[in-house]
Amino acid sequence: MKIIFELFLTFAKIGLFTFGGGYAMIAIIEDECVEKKQWITAEDMMNVTVIAESTPGPIAINCATFVGFKQKGFIGAVFATLGMILPSLIIILVIAAFLDHFLEIGWVANAFAGIKVAVAIIIIDAALKLKKKLKDKDVIFWVIFISSYLIMLLIDIFAWNISSIILMLAAALISLAVFTVSKLIRKGESRK
Amino acid sequence: MIYLELIWGFLKVGFFSFGGGYAAIPLIRDVVLEYGWLTDDMLSNMIAISESTPGPVMLNLATYVGYSQGGFLGALIATLLVVLPSFIIILLVMSLLRKVIEDQYVKAVLKGLQACILGVILATGMFFALRNCIHYEDGISFDVRAIILTAVLSLIYFGAKRIRKNGLSPILLILISAFLGIIAYAI
Repeated sequence: MKIIFELFLTFAKIGLFTFGGGYAMIAIIEDECVEKKQWITAEDMMNVTVIAESTPGPIAINCATFVGFKQKGFIGAVFATLGMILPSLIIILVIAAFLDHFLEIGWVANAFAGIKVAVAIIIIDAALKLKKKLKDKDVIFWVIFISSYLIMLLIDIFAWNISSIILMLAAALISLAVFTVSKLIRKGESRK
Repeated sequence: MIYLELIWGFLKVGFFSFGGGYAAIPLIRDVVLEYGWLTDDMLSNMIAISESTPGPVMLNLATYVGYSQGGFLGALIATLLVVLPSFIIILLVMSLLRKVIEDQYVKAVLKGLQACILGVILATGMFFALRNCIHYEDGISFDVRAIILTAVLSLIYFGAKRIRKNGLSPILLILISAFLGIIAYAI
């Protein structure tokens, strides 16, 4: 019982004090769960980062689920994940309740007109950072990356009613097909 | 029924957000526009706030959009549902499918997904920048202030990266942009 409460509190603390999410959080999760509490080993931490990169959702959430499960099975996973969610939920609810009125004030609206510009830059930068991080970028990667980029830009500009999920499914299929075919060819060559 | 839309919408976002928080922004935008919940401008404000408050951006944004559409219950639904797919997938990977993500076919699928998401995130950022500077709803017009702000802020942000290893934090850029916005749009 105590460990469940501790899992919840620890991840609530991590959620409350980390800005920006993502990789900023990994350092803090490592500090709390590997160094201080010794809930998981450094190797576990490496593993969870790799798993998190291949699964959907924010890395912080993936880590919380992982650590919780390691410590206390399903219940542990539930409470660690809920702990991670709670601060976001409360803070945003408080802000959301007031923001609409704020936006009616002239200078606040102007501030947000400026912030809009920053948001675009931050999203572009997030993509560039992610690109740097990805390993083994071959021809297929570049073809899919650039064509997804161009198609998505057209979808946005002309407000076409096509979901990015369709693009993702197509990309996954193409990548799988290319891999399978090239493997078959390699097999055929080695047989000769 | 707004709650059903929130459930289905955020389940989709949660399931496809490979690559973490930023991958969720284009997906949430998709859902928001599909159901006609918000305009791009409102969403952009929410992204800025999600970025400047603690916690993962994706969670904050889901909570915010959920609240705007369905109050407290909406926020709760959106936040829990956006997390649910990754929660289940991590549990599956840990308990039975450890080997699955090592499989080369799965790796090929993930590689395609990652490359595509990268393109989608970049396109979203570029489109936001474009839409800030050029309005084309009825006839094309240029927003000179936004163009100057985009140039100045890009210079500051990407310039800082060259000087300091870690560059500026996004929160700092948002603060600077708010300050410059107040000045630029008052003139």
